[in-house]
Amino acid sequence: MLILECPYCGVKAEETELGAGGEAHLKRYGPGSDDDQFHDYLFMRENPKGVHFERWRHANGCGKWFHAARCTMTMEVFGTYAAQTTEPPQEIKDKITAKRPGWSWREFSDAAE
Amino acid sequence: MSNPVTATNGAAFTGIATVKDAGLQGMITLRGDLASKTLQAAVKAATGAEVPGQRKVSLAEGGAAAWMSPDELLLLVPYEEAVAKTAELAEALKGEHALAANVSDARSFFSITGEGAREVLAKIAPVDLSPESFAPGDFRRSRTAQVAAAFWLQEDGSFRVVCFRSVGVYMFNLLSNAAHPQSAVGAY
Repeated sequence: MLILECPYCGVKAEETELGAGGEAHLKRYGPGSDDDQFHDYLFMRENPKGVHFERWRHANGCGKWFHAARCTMTMEVFGTYAAQTTEPPQEIKDKITAKRPGWSWREFSDAAE
Repeated sequence: MSNPVTATNGAAFTGIATVKDAGLQGMITLRGDLASKTLQAAVKAATGAEVPGQRKVSLAEGGAAAWMSPDELLLLVPYEEAVAKTAELAEALKGEHALAANVSDARSFFSITGEGAREVLAKIAPVDLSPESFAPGDFRRSRTAQVAAAFWLQEDGSFRVVCFRSVGVYMFNLLSNAAHPQSAVGAY
């Protein structure tokens, strides 16, 4: 059972109270982009064994979207953070680095500071 | 004029706790900046209650304000006054980025009283309802079995549950089942 702390209402919400929203920090390619970019935006997703960033919604609760950083292998949650950001905050990255030195995910990594 | 009735029309059930249709209750959903002085004054004027803190409910004589999310409150007012109070709120909040909507007839309202009240809710909601972590005045929006619900604990140890009217009958049956006389777990 996955338990995430909602950064908006401070509730330690378990999975059934949440709605999964897929991969986090996607860059949207819309009008004006070429077919390959749009294809990648629509279909290409990370499927890591280890550190992963996701969007979640506190659906049966405050209804807000937020981000979560977790490990897909151990179900360990590194932290949750607000939705109003295009990249994980340094604090979250530091927490992951402390537990998974050398981690990387898309353009973000241990050495990204 | 039509004769308003609740979804379960006064139903009651007694087992390890008493589950009761709490009757018609005026409810107003208010969204806006909860830190705004104008909004705080409007809430006070409409309900007599202060704007509550995170996951709290503030109760007053004949009214209450409950924390639904960082930008949403649920205001409780007498059923007959809900329409007028909504208009007053809209008037008081002119110029603010806020919205008040009367949702009285879109909600069902139940009370759970008696010894087993905590246990009845704890069986159906993924919430820690032990006395240490859920005290009178605490408010929680969550899930009860298959439907969304919000509930809080009164000073007298009874719970109030709010859900959508469309699932009002489901909620009453669910609570009654959880309150079955031979279903005591004795966790609290």
